[in-house]
Amino acid sequence: MDFVASFALILPELLLSFTGLVLLLVAAWGGDKAARQIAIAAAAALFVAGFLLVPGLHFGTDGPATLAFGSLLKIDSFALFAKALIYLSAIAALMIAPAFFNSAAAGIERGMRAEYPVLVLFAAVGMSIMVSANDFMSLYLGLELNSLSAYVLAAILRRDTRSGEAGLKYFVLGALASGILLYGMSLLYGFTGGTAFTAVRAGLTGEMGTGALFGVIFVLSGLAFKISAVPFHMWTPDVYEGAPTPVTAFFATAPKVAAVALTARVVFEVFGGQVAAWQQIVMFMALASIIFGALGAIGQENLKRLLAYSSINNIGFILLGLAVANVDGASAMLVYLFIYVAMSIGSFVALLMLRGEDGALFETFADIRGLSVTQPAIAWALLVFMFSLAGIPPLLGFYSKFVVFQATIEAGLVAFGAIAIAASVIGAFYYIKFVKVMFFDEPAGVVTGKSEAGHWVLLGLTALIVSPLGYLLTPSLTDLADKAARSLFIVSV
Amino acid sequence: MEGLPILSLMMLVPLAGAAACLFSGAAAARWIALTATLVTFVLGVLLWSNYQIGGPQWQFTERAELFAGFSYALGIDGIALMLIMLSVFLMPVCILASWESVTKRVGEYMAAFLFMEVLMIGTFAAQDLFLFYVFFEAGLIPMYLIIGVWGGDNRIYASYKFFLYTLLGSVLMLIAMFWMVAEAGTSDIPTLMQYSFPAEAQTWLWLAFFASFAVKVPMWPMHTWLPDAHVQAPTAGSVILAGVLLKLGGYGFIRFSLPMFPEASAQFAWLVFVLSMIAVVYTSLVALVQADMKKLIAYSSVAHMAIVTVGLFAFNVQGLEGAMIVMLSHGLVSGALFLCVGVIYDRLHTREIARYGGLAINMPYYALFFLLFTMASIGLPGTSGFVGEFLALAGIYQTSSLVALICTTGIILGAAYMLYLYRRVAFGGQVNEDAAAMRDISAREWVMMAPIAAAVLWMGVYPESFLAPMRKDIAVLDARLAAAAPASDAALAPGAPRSEAANAMPHHEGMDHSSAKEGAH
Repeated sequence: MDFVASFALILPELLLSFTGLVLLLVAAWGGDKAARQIAIAAAAALFVAGFLLVPGLHFGTDGPATLAFGSLLKIDSFALFAKALIYLSAIAALMIAPAFFNSAAAGIERGMRAEYPVLVLFAAVGMSIMVSANDFMSLYLGLELNSLSAYVLAAILRRDTRSGEAGLKYFVLGALASGILLYGMSLLYGFTGGTAFTAVRAGLTGEMGTGALFGVIFVLSGLAFKISAVPFHMWTPDVYEGAPTPVTAFFATAPKVAAVALTARVVFEVFGGQVAAWQQIVMFMALASIIFGALGAIGQENLKRLLAYSSINNIGFILLGLAVANVDGASAMLVYLFIYVAMSIGSFVALLMLRGEDGALFETFADIRGLSVTQPAIAWALLVFMFSLAGIPPLLGFYSKFVVFQATIEAGLVAFGAIAIAASVIGAFYYIKFVKVMFFDEPAGVVTGKSEAGHWVLLGLTALIVSPLGYLLTPSLTDLADKAARSLFIVSV
Repeated sequence: MEGLPILSLMMLVPLAGAAACLFSGAAAARWIALTATLVTFVLGVLLWSNYQIGGPQWQFTERAELFAGFSYALGIDGIALMLIMLSVFLMPVCILASWESVTKRVGEYMAAFLFMEVLMIGTFAAQDLFLFYVFFEAGLIPMYLIIGVWGGDNRIYASYKFFLYTLLGSVLMLIAMFWMVAEAGTSDIPTLMQYSFPAEAQTWLWLAFFASFAVKVPMWPMHTWLPDAHVQAPTAGSVILAGVLLKLGGYGFIRFSLPMFPEASAQFAWLVFVLSMIAVVYTSLVALVQADMKKLIAYSSVAHMAIVTVGLFAFNVQGLEGAMIVMLSHGLVSGALFLCVGVIYDRLHTREIARYGGLAINMPYYALFFLLFTMASIGLPGTSGFVGEFLALAGIYQTSSLVALICTTGIILGAAYMLYLYRRVAFGGQVNEDAAAMRDISAREWVMMAPIAAAVLWMGVYPESFLAPMRKDIAVLDARLAAAAPASDAALAPGAPRSEAANAMPHHEGMDHSSAKEGAH
């Protein structure tokens, strides 16, 4: 085993882990006073780690050269694409955090805790391992590193009961899901005799026994919980509502990317020979997520809950790309992920920038009434994000739906695509309700839109990506996504 | 003119104007918007004067591979040219119509209108299927805002209804587009217009496109969003809605449904006829009993657009040309009628017919314009309405005398409700004091009305100017449809067939060729 080559492949993770450990020591001695500096250092580390991915992303890497540590990890184009998205989301989560924790919105516990950036870093390392896993052992290792950091992040406002509740719920249900996943993995191990993806794939060829099928279903269920696809979505609205908003923004982006990427890798690389066994399950989850995500959102008054349902709805469209089960579908899914991350970060940043007179964050529809008069810039940005989430052209959200549906129809799944696209109209209802409340209703009260420059930068950047100008990105985005998707389908048995 | 990307320029000018309006005050925004629309109109005039009648089918083509999945391809034929002219002609009028009546958030209002103009030009000029969809669908955003922010009391219901209705229709069309592009291997509209899709697939594709265009046109029974949207929208919003947005549906039929799925169009012609006949009679009767002026005109729009659909599916040159002229005429006339309502609404702030009366006494010039547009709406010879309706009905008569019979009642009913409206508003005694005290139209309102009146008369007296650019395109379309055209009911009892037709030509199989020659007269 060539350790040097392996270490070279996981250089970003090494960098992040090392920085995380150092920053943990800084946090231990420096205390919460150093939190801001720690956040900056963590963001810088993530940025450098992301920069290290660029050559591989640009030229595309796959084949045996991407295997590290005796095939435990596989750092191919697909992993690089997912990692880049994860690091970007994590940087955003770090950028928006200090202002939130320092404001009255954080409740009695003012000031960012020094552990926050460190936990985000460790979560990012965990997610990196998840998306480059090539063995059920490394998969589980990454998943738990990410999940445990996430549980703590959800509960980081220790004296806030909602935050605590969110953390506990997330932990209990997350542990349950991990259990299901482990059970599925053990079944697969039992029936195929290996934990490496290639070994399990080889063991699953031909007629599949009931036990192995159960293994597949349990693994998919556990993963469905992590991506909050219907019917394993129930935790999402509660956790999103209870967790501090920057953490919610983080949950809506990076872990979603990681879990979706992981699911894609598992279904294509492990179950790739048994498409018939999982395609129906994924199709069902996709349709159910689109429909129930949209229906669930309609009655919501709380904006964070609404965005939680919106993320369930979006996961449905992402799974649509997965259900197509070919390179085009996987590429469409990655394009969708990128655009989804931009839209989610933008929406959450906009929500974070809105505070009432008392400094409390705006959380319900009643709070944002008439926002277009009181805070026109933020209102217009939110309008762009909402129409984009609804998939209305010429915003980039349309393009994400465009590629996914194109892949679906080209693969011949016409009825499936038609039902999904008709259901997307239900979703449009609550997105335009957002616009209606901000633009058509009379202003509700004073809004203080004073925010850090970092917020404005993120808001402007994401709005620019989502705006029609974002279409100019599509050729290079499609190119990267195609490379990543192709590397997923190179079977090295 | 060679090499100048005039279509892109026509979209760029209002786009830049929209961006400028968004960041300027009320007074500046009005002038910016007026200037931008006028410049676009001048560019439109240049476009028309440089359009070669009888030249290549697609002119002013531009193509750039800017995006993944579809291309930025523009180009127009005569049909698109006329509809673009209609849009750029109505736009400055809309800005003038909102000059004083819109006082709230003027910059955003003007920006929404200019953005709308960009999208309308883009829709008519798009030569890529998906680019068309982007422009077609994007119009929802500004229109939703125009109705919702600057609309009447019940604007929220109307804006939701407009948005969701139109969206549901369109997404099904998108699915059909994906299928077509996967099948034909290109998203280029001119290529697709020549592509022969399998007959059984055409049925589904036609229905998917129909879902979208029938809502846009709108055809009975998908028309219910229209009266709501019209009544609640501000005057200029109604003008653009009736003037141009409804034409997107008719344009869709003539650009996509008919040439791309000729067999399915013939197969479903009966459906279009039935819906149109119901629309003509039913919505005319509904218009007769309206107490709200805008609602009355909105219902009359549904009836007039039914004449358009009947003409389109007549499968002959007269019908197609008639449908196009009705579309252009209705764009001008219904737009002008909404302006007429807007003029008195600005003074009295009510659209209730009973609140007016005897306006011919205190507002003679207003009454004159109103009369002209009323007559044009009825289809009086000498106005644009006559030309279009006559051609469309003559076209459908060749295909089905029953449909022609029932649709012609629309003209009688149209005369009934329009004259009844005019009598109640302009004639009779002055029953309401405040209405009697209204002053006649101002210079600004003159400037709005006079050009439309001139265009209506021009189209009525010399329609050749408008028919000439479209003639060749309609002939090409007619040639493509000839093979699939449904049987006419005018010759129900044929005599004993001869062994060979009296004027039999040697090339009996080549149906396409002979009809192409005939069409290109």
